[in-house]
Amino acid sequence: MVDLSIINLSSEKREKLRQRKFGENVIKMAMSACAVASGNGETFKAFEEEIKKAGLNFKVEQTACFGTCFAEPFVKIQTKGNSYYYYHVKKEMVPEMVAKLKRGEIPEKNLYTKEDEFDKSEYFKKQVRLVSKNCGIIDPESLDDYLIYDGYQGLKKAYSLKPEEVISVLREARLRGRGGAGFPTATKWEFLRSNQSEEKYLIANADEGDPGAFMNRALLERDPFRLIEGMTIASYATGTSEGFIYARAEYPLVIQRLKNALKIARENGLLGKNILGTSHSFDIHLCEGAGAFVCGEETALMNSIEGKRGMPRPRPPFPAQKGLFSKPTNINNVETYSHVTTIFQSGVEDYKKYGTEKTGGTKMICLTGKIKRPGVVEVPFGIMLRELIFDIGGGCDSGFKAVQVGGPSGGCIPESELDVELDYETIVEKGAIMGSGGFVVMDKETDMVDVAKFFTSFTRDESCGKCTPCREGMYRMWEMLERITNGEGKKGDIEKLEKLGNVIMDTALCGLGQTAPKPVLSTIRYFRKEYEDYIEGKKSSFPTYKITDKCIGCTKCAKICPVSAITGKIKEKHEINQNKCIHCGACYTNCPVKAIEKK
Amino acid sequence: MKSSTIVSQINSIENIVAKYPKNQSSLIAILQEVQEQKGYLPREDLEFIARTMNISLNKIYGVATFYSQFSLKPKGKHTISVCTGTACHVKGSANLIKHLRDRLNIKCGDTTNDGKFSLFDVRCIGACSVAPAVVIDGRTYGKLTVEELDKILDGIQA
Repeated sequence: MVDLSIINLSSEKREKLRQRKFGENVIKMAMSACAVASGNGETFKAFEEEIKKAGLNFKVEQTACFGTCFAEPFVKIQTKGNSYYYYHVKKEMVPEMVAKLKRGEIPEKNLYTKEDEFDKSEYFKKQVRLVSKNCGIIDPESLDDYLIYDGYQGLKKAYSLKPEEVISVLREARLRGRGGAGFPTATKWEFLRSNQSEEKYLIANADEGDPGAFMNRALLERDPFRLIEGMTIASYATGTSEGFIYARAEYPLVIQRLKNALKIARENGLLGKNILGTSHSFDIHLCEGAGAFVCGEETALMNSIEGKRGMPRPRPPFPAQKGLFSKPTNINNVETYSHVTTIFQSGVEDYKKYGTEKTGGTKMICLTGKIKRPGVVEVPFGIMLRELIFDIGGGCDSGFKAVQVGGPSGGCIPESELDVELDYETIVEKGAIMGSGGFVVMDKETDMVDVAKFFTSFTRDESCGKCTPCREGMYRMWEMLERITNGEGKKGDIEKLEKLGNVIMDTALCGLGQTAPKPVLSTIRYFRKEYEDYIEGKKSSFPTYKITDKCIGCTKCAKICPVSAITGKIKEKHEINQNKCIHCGACYTNCPVKAIEKK
Repeated sequence: MKSSTIVSQINSIENIVAKYPKNQSSLIAILQEVQEQKGYLPREDLEFIARTMNISLNKIYGVATFYSQFSLKPKGKHTISVCTGTACHVKGSANLIKHLRDRLNIKCGDTTNDGKFSLFDVRCIGACSVAPAVVIDGRTYGKLTVEELDKILDGIQA
């Protein structure tokens, strides 16, 4: 059992506990699947072995990730009252680092930043970490840690207000749904609160299906109690006693962390009857998705929880009237509930400072693709897209072309359109949607028609098949794109794609179909020439690459070729075997002297 | 199949089904347990679920074929899942899939004749920062080239 009296301690006393606990000597590393794929497992083991050999009083602990994917293996060394962060720490570096620690010195090699210099780091200085404030600090499986770091201060504050006052706070905070649509959370909760039905449900949507988006995964792996606290506040405000978390099966660590957190919360009276000694009772069931993108759509998700095929329902009736098991239901994204917790833990006055006129607070964003610093960040609404991609993300070394925003429901925004604020409406004006917050950067070599075809094949396959516009329409769009990229495009195809895309958006049953044509329409809007070049025979999906006499024989292309199609000796001109070449363009993009021709 | 084998399989299904309330909302969780234990959904198990839970076999098939997690065919000893998310696509996952199809001589969704390898192209696994990502026997590998992939498979085959 955990000592819940921490919840009633003053913030000064909690700070002292934090200092005591985290003043220890600790080495922390993330151990998520992608971190292990980056080599963290080997580095972690090396630290364990070297610390033991050196007999040093240092703990070596796993933590959830810091969001610095570009820097993994990323190591945090907490010692001498500060925290030091290191990048690309291979296992071979560990003995020297431990030797320095043993001498009482701070290792200098590969030092990325320190805790008291975060505001100098390019990656961190423009971030505002509100919901991700605990990442890399707490043990995500420890309720003790969560409580020391202001855990359940939010629920305690909410209990001091009436339910309708809780909802007013969210209105004041300008909190909007983080799942993609940006609907005002206070309005949604008010719908449910005012419904007099005795049986009502809450759902947390953790079915993060957008390719290129993993911010929910990061949040739940790092701080699962934050979601539980947020749902408990929601339950109090809306008068619900039962909640569901619907989590993707493709996120096994998330499911493990949630199961653990729910069990611990129940054991300590933070779920179940009479929470924190009040008359409020609430419990949460965990459901696992079974692999269907469409189940991220709220009504399809509800059908899935009911054990059915994940097919959306027509609206009206809306979930707040008739949702899960035909009862009034509120569904919010995981990040939205986490913001609720943060608003009540830190106070709405602090939260309101960030954001735009229409949208308060921050958004978690995943920067991926051909970006220098891929990772998970948290930024205030209102930050310019250009700052997000070039200042925080470091831009694109191979030449920025476009950023795909909003997953398969979104669109591609070119460089000329990046001088806009991050907000729901501004992104829609650019032909994309905020979506869950995945930003995939594409470089000058990216074929935008191929990108449109990629997304179309995705939504074609993920369509549930219920409504004709999506089921038939997306297939027809894909067929046209396939013809175009195979060199069989005809005059009039672009106009047909535009017309069909608009018809599908207007007539499809659910959000999947209503947004599926967006990648095609946005690439036509900004990259129409690429479509025209295909149709006029000026462009091919399979360019030929040839090494010219400019080659300096550095062998970089040979090393980078994924199929070993390039041969040559050092300082001699290299050659591409055209029979083996798969036209990926990696050699062309990476040649330091631009010695490769593309036709 | 020997009757004793059939009986032991049904017992195992009995134990799984017995854990859940007898209504449709338990169906997906039950199928997930069977999938986890056996690597696929045997027909006889689905028939048992239909009889016990009073849900038509037709409906159960409808659910089993809707979700990509479920397989009606047994999988190979080793599973290779290539992520086809946007970041992985942009970083060359299509090349990895092509190479694996050629090397294993199977299409995505199939198993090699010797039952050793199954190949899947899967939806985004959320490891976008290490694109292109491949999951082999539950372990995620990132930033893979074709050569590195071959080395891993050679190691498994050895």
